[in-house]
This record gives sequence, structure tokens and C-alpha cells, in this order.
Amino acid sequence: MLIPCPHCGPRDVSEFSYQGDATRTRPDPASTDMKAWHDYVYNRPNPAGPHREYWQHAGGCRVHLLLTRDTLTHEVQAVAFARAGLNEGAGKP
Amino acid sequence: MAEYSALSLLKNALTGNRDWKPAWRKPEPKPSYDVIIIGGGGHGLATAYYLAKEHGITNVAVLEKGWLGSGNIGRNTTIVRSNYLLPESVRFYDFSVKLWENLSHELNYNVMFSQRGILNLAHSPSQADDYIRRGNAMCHGGGDGVWLTPAEIARKVPGVDLSRSARFPVIGGLLQPRAGTARHDAVAWGYARAADRRGVDILENCEVTGFLRDGEKIAGVVTTRGEIRAKKVAVAVAGSTSRLMGMAGIDRFPIESHVLQAFVSEAIKPFVDCVVTFGGGHLYMSQSDKGGLVFGGDLDGYNSYAQRGNLPLVEEVMGEMVAMFPAVARLRLLRSWGGIMDMSMDGSPIITGGPLPGMYLNCGWCYGGFKATPASGFSFAWTIAKDEPHAVNAPFTLSRFERGAVIDEKGQGPTPKLH
Repeated sequence: MLIPCPHCGPRDVSEFSYQGDATRTRPDPASTDMKAWHDYVYNRPNPAGPHREYWQHAGGCRVHLLLTRDTLTHEVQAVAFARAGLNEGAGKP
Repeated sequence: MAEYSALSLLKNALTGNRDWKPAWRKPEPKPSYDVIIIGGGGHGLATAYYLAKEHGITNVAVLEKGWLGSGNIGRNTTIVRSNYLLPESVRFYDFSVKLWENLSHELNYNVMFSQRGILNLAHSPSQADDYIRRGNAMCHGGGDGVWLTPAEIARKVPGVDLSRSARFPVIGGLLQPRAGTARHDAVAWGYARAADRRGVDILENCEVTGFLRDGEKIAGVVTTRGEIRAKKVAVAVAGSTSRLMGMAGIDRFPIESHVLQAFVSEAIKPFVDCVVTFGGGHLYMSQSDKGGLVFGGDLDGYNSYAQRGNLPLVEEVMGEMVAMFPAVARLRLLRSWGGIMDMSMDGSPIITGGPLPGMYLNCGWCYGGFKATPASGFSFAWTIAKDEPHAVNAPFTLSRFERGAVIDEKGQGPTPKLH
């Protein structure tokens, strides 16, 4: 599996570390809503198909990435910087 | 129905093996059943068997989307053990080992359960302390655990690299003598035949595509072979639990699906006669009766429904194998494959009624489902028949994540990478 890093180009998956599901949103730290915390900590959509997920190019430029990857085929369908601001004006990977 | 004996072997050999009868029927789906079990793997088939045998419920269908035994029951590394720390796990898995001990006799089908023991190698003083604590917990829970010194390991498993110059020198090991291996396909076939004989319909190539509802209640399933109604619908589809739950309208669940690879080498002469695990990384291996070394390691580590993995993990597992057994460095790999693991958020399974009315759920086996097959089937059947959990599966609820009552063997917190 190759992951197209916007900085480094297509690199082997062994250079990256997986950071998991990117669709979770942390509740307000002051929130005492146990349902919301339970949902954030434990529950996942776990789709069979396109999955939005974080990876870090830990063995390369160390940038955090947001991938859309098909969990049925391992095909990487889209890649962007995890920090949205970095994507503006960035060249194509 | 197929009967196996020395006489039948001889008789069929003389007639060119043309007259063997199928071990189970291939019935057409009935319009309705008392219980439908989705998933014709080890756990689903065992559940059907114990429903029929223990509770007299025989109007049961097991729905399998492919052919029987095509999922994880035929993809695992066949290890049976109960070397756990927490009392809930020790009780459940030791109950399973006890069922394994009588399984061939009970099913009248040789599942080749071999109590050859499992040896966990320890490579640091803190790991040794951890293993000895776990061994004590196993003994306390009525199981068996023995601490072996390097000299004892050298006698038991001569192939292990015990030199002080090893990358991770071995300082001892925890042995569970009653652990072992079993023939995984035979477990599926044995339970299938035994359930079939008690009247259970095994419907292969019957994929569930949706649920029928009666108000809020689940009242049956839509399948590729038509609609089938049932009073109770049980789900035992580890690996695909989230997909099934999605069809029932539950789109968030404490499960992630991950790929786990396994490997078998070319056959060699008897080399190791127990299961050995490597504590310097994560690897477990045993030698099959055919002579191949059967082994596996960690998850690939990313969400996946593809029944195949990638090469970095293969390289890691081979590296660990050679670190542990330098003598196998030039062996060739015969096959490798992948299976989809239902990774729960605390590393423990879920066996419970619900989450919807009329539904029963068995999932979250991470990569330790094979050894649990008998106890899982037994306690799931109990839960379905009596609408209350058996003592051994009572702690393995779905609500434990909300209540903070997780069963986290590693004490590591919520992550879908435990086992």
C-alpha cells in the first residue's frame, strides 16, 4: 500500500503511522454529557468502503494527513493535510 | 449422513470413494423459524448446536453468506488457551477449554484437540513479573499456569534462541499445559453435522441484505434467497458486525474492523511440540500435524474489510520468527492469508441480548475468537433461549462501555487494537 504524501510523493505504508477515524469530534472538555463522551471515546462508524482517517508520515516529513481510503480495496482516494489551513495553495500531491 | 469408521473408510476405498454421503443437508429456506442465526462460522454453528442440544430449540436456521467455514473459522491459527488475567476472562475461557476437552466425544467428530501447552516467552524482568502475576491469576481462577526457567525451556523447546546475545534474551516463560491447538475446519464441520442432525437448517450462499421489522421488533431477515421470518434473530458475524448493525439502523458501534494476517511454512519434521509466543514483539506459532509451522503476529493496524494485508507486517512477523527460532531462517513460506477481525474497544467480546428487540448479538472477538467457539456457542444459545445471560457471559455486555465496566486485559484504555 502506497500513501501519496503531499510533500514526499507516494511512499510505502511502513513510513506512516495510523491515527484512526477522522470523523470523531471531541465534546467540549467542560461537557458532562456522558452519552456524548461515550460516543466519542468508544463508538465508530467503521464503514466498509470510503473511510476518512488520519495518518502521520512519521518516518518521513512528519506531517499529519487526512486520507479518504476504501477499506474494501485499500485504495487511497483522496489525501490532504490534516490541518485544514495548510491545504490552501498547496500543490497537488 | 456421513459416518466415519475404519469399516466405512475401507468400504469406500474399495468403491473408489464415490459413495460418501454429505455430512449435512442442503435444505431450501423455510418461510419462518423460531431462531435465525446470521453467520455460519464456528460461533454461529456452535450456537445452533447448543440451542438444539441444551434447550431443545431445533426449528433453527444458520445463514451463511458464502460456504460453510469460509470466514475466520477457517483462517485462524487454531490456538486454544485460557491464559488470561481478569476473573471474567479466566472464567469464560477456562469454561471454553473444559468444553474443548470433551468436544470430539460430544460431536462424535475428531476435532483433533491437542493439549500440547502454550508457552509465553518473557524477555525482561518486568515482563516476567507480569506473566507470573497472570499465571497466579490463572491458578487462582481454577486454571493452570507454570513458570519455566530458561533451562526448562531449553529442554521443552530446543529450537528457541536462549543465548544471552539474542536481541531480546529469554529470561523465562509462562506455560499453560492445558492449552493447545485444534483442527479448525473440523470444528466447523463437526458442529455443522451435529446441528444438522438435530434438525437445524444450514443455509449456505444466503447473504443477509436487510432486516424485517414488526414495529420496533426485529422480525426476520431479507436475504439473497428470499425473506425469512423468525421470532429471534441472532447475529454472529464477527468481522462484519458493523455492516449488519448498519442494516438494522445502528450506524455507530464500539467496533472497528481490522485485517490480521496468518502464515504457514512448508512442512518440516517435528520441530516444536507446543504453542510458543514471542514476548519481544507479538508472535504466536505452532506446528501443524502436517508439519507446517503455523504462525501470526499483530494486526496490520488500519481499518480494513479486505481479506488481505500488506508486506510491512509480513516482514515484521518473519523478523520475530527468526529472532525466536534462528533455525527456521531458510524455511520457505507456503501460504499467507488475511481475515477481518471485529476489534472491540476493550479487547473483550460482546455476547448479549439486543441491542434491538428480537435481536441477539455475539461479536467483538478481536483476534481470539477460535478458542472461545464452544463457550461462545454455549452461552449465546443460553442467552437466546432464556432471554438472560449465562453466568460466564454476563459481564460481556454491550452496555459495559457506557457504564465504565470494561474488561480490559491490558489495562490500556479504549483502543480497537487489543486482544
